Amino acid sequence: MEFSWHWCFSKKMIEYLLCLILFSVGLYCILVKRNLIKIIIGLGIMEYAINLFFILLGYKSGGQFPILSKENFNIEHFTLNITQPMVDPIPQALILTAIVIGLAVTCLLIAIALRIYEKYGSYDIRDLNKLKG
Amino acid sequence: MIKKPEHGMTLIVKTITRYTVGLILLFGIYIVLHGHLTPGGGFAGGVIVALSFVHLMLAFGKETAIKKMSEKASGILESLGAVLFVTIALLGLTAGYFFFNFITGHRPFETSFFRLFSSGIIPFCNIAICLKVGAGLFGIFLALVFFKKND
Amino acid sequence: MLLMPFFVGVPLLGAFLNSILGKISDRISDFIGNLVPATLVVLSFLSLFTLKSLNFTPFVYKMAGWVPPFGICFVLDGLSILMLITVNIIALTATIFSIPYMEKYTDKWKYYTLFLLMLTAMNGAVITGDIFNLFVWLEIGAISSYALVAFGTEQEELEASFKYAVMSSSASLFILIGIGFLYSYTSTLNMADIGKTLLEKPNSTLVGFVSVLFLLGFGLKSALVPFHSWLPDAHPSAPAPISAMLSGVLIKSLGVYALTRVIFNIIGTTQLFLEILVILGSISMVVGVLLALYQWDYKRLLAYHSISQVGYIILGIGLGTPFGILGGLFHLVNHSVFKSLLFLTSGAVEYTTGTRDLQKMGGLSTKMPVTGNTSLIASMSIAGIPPFNGFWSKLIIVIACIQANKFWLALIAIIVSILTLASFLKIQKYAFFGDLKEGLQSIKEAPVLMCISMIILAGLCIFLGLVLLPDIKGFFLDPAVKVLENGVEYSRIVFKNIR
Repeated sequence: MEFSWHWCFSKKMIEYLLCLILFSVGLYCILVKRNLIKIIIGLGIMEYAINLFFILLGYKSGGQFPILSKENFNIEHFTLNITQPMVDPIPQALILTAIVIGLAVTCLLIAIALRIYEKYGSYDIRDLNKLKG
Repeated sequence: MIKKPEHGMTLIVKTITRYTVGLILLFGIYIVLHGHLTPGGGFAGGVIVALSFVHLMLAFGKETAIKKMSEKASGILESLGAVLFVTIALLGLTAGYFFFNFITGHRPFETSFFRLFSSGIIPFCNIAICLKVGAGLFGIFLALVFFKKND
Repeated sequence: MLLMPFFVGVPLLGAFLNSILGKISDRISDFIGNLVPATLVVLSFLSLFTLKSLNFTPFVYKMAGWVPPFGICFVLDGLSILMLITVNIIALTATIFSIPYMEKYTDKWKYYTLFLLMLTAMNGAVITGDIFNLFVWLEIGAISSYALVAFGTEQEELEASFKYAVMSSSASLFILIGIGFLYSYTSTLNMADIGKTLLEKPNSTLVGFVSVLFLLGFGLKSALVPFHSWLPDAHPSAPAPISAMLSGVLIKSLGVYALTRVIFNIIGTTQLFLEILVILGSISMVVGVLLALYQWDYKRLLAYHSISQVGYIILGIGLGTPFGILGGLFHLVNHSVFKSLLFLTSGAVEYTTGTRDLQKMGGLSTKMPVTGNTSLIASMSIAGIPPFNGFWSKLIIVIACIQANKFWLALIAIIVSILTLASFLKIQKYAFFGDLKEGLQSIKEAPVLMCISMIILAGLCIFLGLVLLPDIKGFFLDPAVKVLENGVEYSRIVFKNIR
């Protein structure tokens, strides 16, 4: 599929472009901001952008939630009779794992940031310059 | 004039909390136990269970929350949940493979579909994960709240 | 072969049992923390002998009985068994070392819990056959190492850990984007299945983009230049056995192994990508050793040398010829052994004298003979002096460069080796030989358990050169080289061997 601006801003692609913009906002936060807490928030924004991207990958237009129930699953013959396609469930499972990992990293970073404030007296990264060379 | 109490929030918040905190805990347990039928499962239910304890701490102050679940208790419950999970996985080895769903088919574990007592080891794994996540998240919250300067 | 899930199950169980029982007394957590790596060493040797009897065809273990590609599988082939043996032996020596060393820190049970979690992650990453499972183990290992680097909670350690954590989690996010693109292109997550699907689909630029994302992500985890700036801060700040584990095995099993597995066996190498690996490897070699000549902190100097030696490994693997891959993988094993030994000796020096500054030490080998001699052996290994193990692997890499007609690279490799010798002579002169300073008159030798682990690693340094004899090479190194040489045949072999 070749590139053109019309394709880029079409209905299918604009969501992915918004994910990319959100990811860049998070990356900008990590690179430019000087407060430790703002860096942690920037990392969080990057994680949200990626989670959103993954869920968009699994979407089928007009799709239903991927849950088997008595209405659409025939127990004796093990067949599925549905009218609309089901959304892909694998990215949703991957995202659950990625959210837990993001939570663990955020908690650890906040604990480290609290102790840095206790030892150094400020949250500014320009004051953390003990390690040189 | 309502006097602001020394611990926690005002009287209105405390009264509402007394009614709702049990319901939130119950809702979390419902999501965990129905993890194989409806969306949710261990992690989401565990977060809601932890939130009920955090709700208690926010409304009543930290001393009351410590009496309900102390730091030692949350540490032990958390590790117990993880040990339970790995034990269930290793027990699957008795039926051939690691993590195998060994509760199937024959009596007394008769299974059916779309009922509460079905699909093998999945509800037990969900309960173990709920213990770990709930106690773990509340433990993290306690550690951050009770962090004192020690030199 | 039903032993395979125990590589992951035993350390995980040990970590959480330690979390419950270790609070009671220190001896219990010492006991659990040493029993688990010892069990894993025994298990990995058993797996090596079982795999040899199967003639090194990969063994595929279906997790929970689900047939791949519907389920996660564990794949044990020559490369995995090489990494498993290396990781577990180094972990055992590090835990033996930490029994007396960690008395200086509080909360020993927390240390052993995090250590065993990191060990679970490293073991899991080298035997898994599913790409998202690799990402999960990567994250578990990374998070426990962030906490372990900040274990002492002094000023420098917290700053180093924060920087390491932010950079490393950004790298993991790039890896996750790469996995997402690969899933959307091939609609499967199993490594062998992705390989098979990529062979059938036409060439597209998406695969090149995904390789660049993986190079960014895994390159930061394995400290390639220009992604190396977290390493000189993080590795010195950790407690000494953790520095040995981080520098010795973590950057290799979660960085170099994952990169080679994904690029060689799943996506398939192109000539352009191998050229990029060679360029990055040679720049790492030179930058690491030049910056190391300037350091006066013992552990920071060793950390810069880690960057340089990982450059050797990437150079060897990036040459693409069988001889080059042999040199790269053998250097990986050797570097784990002598770099861990160097960090453990620096830990012993810090335990007795209380400082890491080279200008404050002198003449330690009169009072600490075991530490001095083992440190001398390790320094000669890393500088490439015969007959220690570093010489053989560097020789193979230099010969492979010459065979591939890259004479300039061979010359650079030899010059870097000479500069490495120069900086290690600096350590030996300032720390171990010379006159004993006044304040250090009353120091004694390091405790017995520390000496035992250092002697084990020094013995491995001396005798590891014997692995190049034809019988033992066919046993240990050749299957690993064959796996990487096979390249994208990996998927066909794995599907044939599912049972």
